[in-house]
Formats: sequence, structure tokens, C-alpha cells
Amino acid sequence: MKITKEVIAHVGELARLHLDDAAVELYTRQLGDILTYMDTLNRLDTKGVSPTSHAIFINNAFRDDEVKPSMPVERALTNAPESEDGAFVVPKIIK
Amino acid sequence: MDLYRLTIHEASKLLKRRKISSVELTSAVFDRIEEVENKISAYLTLVKDRAMAEAETADNVIGRDEGKPLTGIPMAIKDLLCTEGIRTTCGSKILEEFVPTYSSTVVKKLNDAHAVIVGKTNLDEFGMGSSNEHSAFMLTHNPWDLTRIPGGSSGGSAAAAAADECIGAVGTDTGGSIRQPCSHCGVVGLKPTYGRVSRFGLVAFASSLDQVGPITKDVTDCALLMNEICGYDSVDSTSVPHPVPDYTEALRSGLNGIVAGIPKEYHVEGLNQDVSQAIGNAIKALEGLGLTCKDVSLPHTEYAVATYYLIAPAEASSNLARYDGVKYGLRDAGSGDLMDMYRNTRSKGFGPEVQRRIIIGTYALSAGYYEAYYGKASQVRTLIMQDFKKAFETCDVLLTPVAPSPAFKLGEKLDDPLSMYLSDIFTLPASLAGIPGLSVPCGFSREGLPIGLQILGKHFDEEKLIRVAYNLEQATDHHSRRPKL
Repeated sequence: MKITKEVIAHVGELARLHLDDAAVELYTRQLGDILTYMDTLNRLDTKGVSPTSHAIFINNAFRDDEVKPSMPVERALTNAPESEDGAFVVPKIIK
Repeated sequence: MDLYRLTIHEASKLLKRRKISSVELTSAVFDRIEEVENKISAYLTLVKDRAMAEAETADNVIGRDEGKPLTGIPMAIKDLLCTEGIRTTCGSKILEEFVPTYSSTVVKKLNDAHAVIVGKTNLDEFGMGSSNEHSAFMLTHNPWDLTRIPGGSSGGSAAAAAADECIGAVGTDTGGSIRQPCSHCGVVGLKPTYGRVSRFGLVAFASSLDQVGPITKDVTDCALLMNEICGYDSVDSTSVPHPVPDYTEALRSGLNGIVAGIPKEYHVEGLNQDVSQAIGNAIKALEGLGLTCKDVSLPHTEYAVATYYLIAPAEASSNLARYDGVKYGLRDAGSGDLMDMYRNTRSKGFGPEVQRRIIIGTYALSAGYYEAYYGKASQVRTLIMQDFKKAFETCDVLLTPVAPSPAFKLGEKLDDPLSMYLSDIFTLPASLAGIPGLSVPCGFSREGLPIGLQILGKHFDEEKLIRVAYNLEQATDHHSRRPKL
């Protein structure tokens, strides 16, 4: 799969990154090199091999459903760029 | 006596016997920082007043005979671990002003043991890098040669330990981020088994790979720190309820009966001659101490770099979606439109390497490419795990280099991300398999740069790594050499 500027611009959009022309140019070249290298994986026949997403086998990690004190709202908001009335403030979404 | 040069176990003994106080020890460490930090730049944040108060408390605890091995010991913490009330930047502009409202479990355990937190150490942004050059704030220099990288991403912690700017340190390892900088800085580093140490409060990079571990001046300290930080944590559902042994017990046994595998795939083309020689000498020394060596094969080693650099960025692209300018960190509102805020905040807040990995990961997970990239890499990960499983049927440990060369020059690989990724070849396979890996000093290059031996083991068999490393350390004097600063 050839990496084009259009692909990088699309991926930038998906990742919510603003990429200017120079960045698109740079990442197109670098990603092209990197993904060509990744294609070495295709030399391996992996038919029937189950994928691993987690290296250590763990059963469902259940715990008792106990109510415990949690962080107070005011404290949870201390790092918010903007907050009001115990809530995060975001730009207006509905036009 | 230069108190800052002490190891944890040496300082602990002196504290217990009231030969020194934690206040004296902590002051000595801050004096040392004053003296050399302008050359090294290991710390992003120093908390002297707080540390001196903690030292005073520790002295009181020791005075009541309630001290533990880490009580009163000045420790450096990688700035990827949340510390309540102490700025935690992750080496990123996006969290430049972030002050956590809670501490990571590892830091809490250190607080409970009345260790003294000196400060937060530099790192590649969010742990993404092998040189510390991807920190948004500053370059950390290798104490052995200031023109070279300290390694990464826990480069600040490794450099601080090597330069005696702390007594012990904590790092994190996703693809080699403890082992590689420890190798480059001539200190001991252990990446425990995945799930051995709680990840709660460790800012996530790649959740199926991230692990916290000790960075210390010798192997005894490594065992002492492991005793303190390991264990199941109910708030980390991936931590494993496996009993925690006393790791210092592993310091009492010789090597008779231990079988070490030497993977033939790790003799790669381009392996630096000095590294090859140092590893060879270490293996010979260990054999002389009773270790049995045999050749083994890990046939899928060459695929580890491609596998890791698909899986880790994929997980990172998902984990880093949380930096949206709403809950914490930087916000750049731009025109006032929501999408504009997301894009401006993230483009301004993330550095080039982080953006590159988000793009790789987003691409590898995107519709139409998921199976070909992320899916394929997850299957190859299974094959890499099977290689280790097979090798460990006949071996207790594996011995390999940590990195293909000693520390490279600052700037040398900065414009060539792929060549930087390829230098992680020896540490990535163990990360993908979730097995523990330890880096112990095993020699020096002709230029006087430290070289580490990597010891890999079975899941939850850290004791054997510590045992082999300790025997090597006691038979050699590499760990007693210190950089001249």
C-alpha cells in the first residue's frame, strides 16, 4: 500500500491533528519508509495463528461491587482548562 | 564520605545504625544535584522543600525503630508516574502544567515506606523514544560522555542514578525504556513481568506493554526496590495476584544448576564489536561461576521491531485520544469550534515523535488496514511468545546484549526514526512476550562507555534474573566504576 499525501491528511483528520503541508510531506515520506519495513511481516504465514493482545493470561478480573468514596468533583476539576458549576466547559456543539 | 555516592542498602544500614540521618543524606543529594545537574539535566522538577520535610519525617520513623529498607532514601521518579501535588509532565507540552490529584500506586508504596522523593526525571515524551531527545523540555546528557544520549525513555532516571543525583530511581519500560538507558548509563535496571507491578497512575502509552521497574546502582538495590513496588493492586485489573517473594533471597545462591540460553538470532550483523566482546566476556565469567550455557533459537526475533512499532503506536493512538483540551492539560480554543479546539490543542501539545506514532497507530487501526497491520502484528506477537516458551523449556534464562551499540551521539539518529526504532531490536521481543528483563553492567567500550548484559527469564521468575546478575556483579568490578563529572 503506497502512502500518499491524501492518506496522511485523512489519518491526520481521524487522529484530530492539524497537519500543515510541511508536516504532511514529512510524514508521507517517513511513514512510507516505516510501513515498507512493516511489510516484512508479510513474509510470515500466520494462517490459523491466534492473535495476542495481552501477554499474561488473566481470567475476568472481578471484584466485589462495594461503594467506596471517590474523588470529590471540585478536586477532579482542578486541572480542567475551564469549568463551571461542577462541570467541564466545552465549546458550543449544537449550532 | 560522599553520602550521595551510597547505594540504597549501604545508606539504609547507616541510617538504621544512626550513623547518618536522612536529612544529611537528602541534603548531600541536593548538593550533588547543585554541582552536576547543569551538565546532566536529569530532572524536570525538583521538590527540595518537600523532600527535606519527608527526610525529617523519615528520621522520626527511624528513631522509633519503624524504618524499612527504603525509609529515608532519596529517590528519583520518572515523570510518567503521577505524584499527588507534584507536577507530572510526561515530557510533553500538553501536560506542562498538570498537577495530579492522586499518586500512582508505586509512588504511594514509596511514600508509605517513607522514602524521600527528590524530583521527577526527564523522559522521551510519553515514553516514546530511545534517546530522551524527544522530551519537549530539554536534553539529558549521558554522565559518561556528555555529547551522547543517556538512552530512553527512562534516560533521566538512569542518568540521575549514574551521576549520583539520587540514591535510587524508578523508571518505566514499554519496549526497553528501563533496560536500554541503564545499559547506556552503567546502572542496573529491571523490567518486571507484565502485571507484576501496578500500572495505576502510570500515564498510559501502550497498555499491554507498559511496566514500572527499579533503576539502581547495584543488584542488591534492585532486589530491595522490587520488594517494595511489586504486588497485586485492586485498581489495576491487569496486575496479577501472584505472591511476591523476598527478592533479596535471590542474592544468596550461586549459579550451579542454572542453564542459560544464548539466542543465535541476537548475533546480528552490525552488532558493535565492543558490545559483542563485553557480552562474550560476561558469558565466560558466568560459566566460570557454574552457569551452564547452550545455544538456542528464537526464529521470529527479526520481526519484533515491525510487530512492536505497529502494536505500541496502535495502543498509543487510542490512549492519547484522551488529550482533547477538556479534562486536563493544554487547551487551544482556536476559532471556538469544537473540532478546531481538538486539532489545535493536540497539534500544539504533542511533539513530532508522538504525532508520528499517533499517525502510524491510527493508520494501522483504520478501516481497511486493521487486518493487514494491527491484526497481522498481533499474530506475529503470538509467534514471538511461542519462541520464548520453547526456549524456556530447556533454559532458565537467556543472555543477550541490551543494545547493538553503546550510547550514540546526541542528534545522530534524530532525523531517521526507522534507524532509531531498529536500535531497540534486543529489548522489544521480551516486551511483546511480557517476560521480565534485567540490564546489568558487563563491561566498557574502548571509549569508556558502559555496556549492559540483558538477562531474560520466564514470567514471574525475576528472582533468577537477580541471581544471575548478582553473581556477575560480585565477580566483576564494573558497577563500582563511576563517571567522572
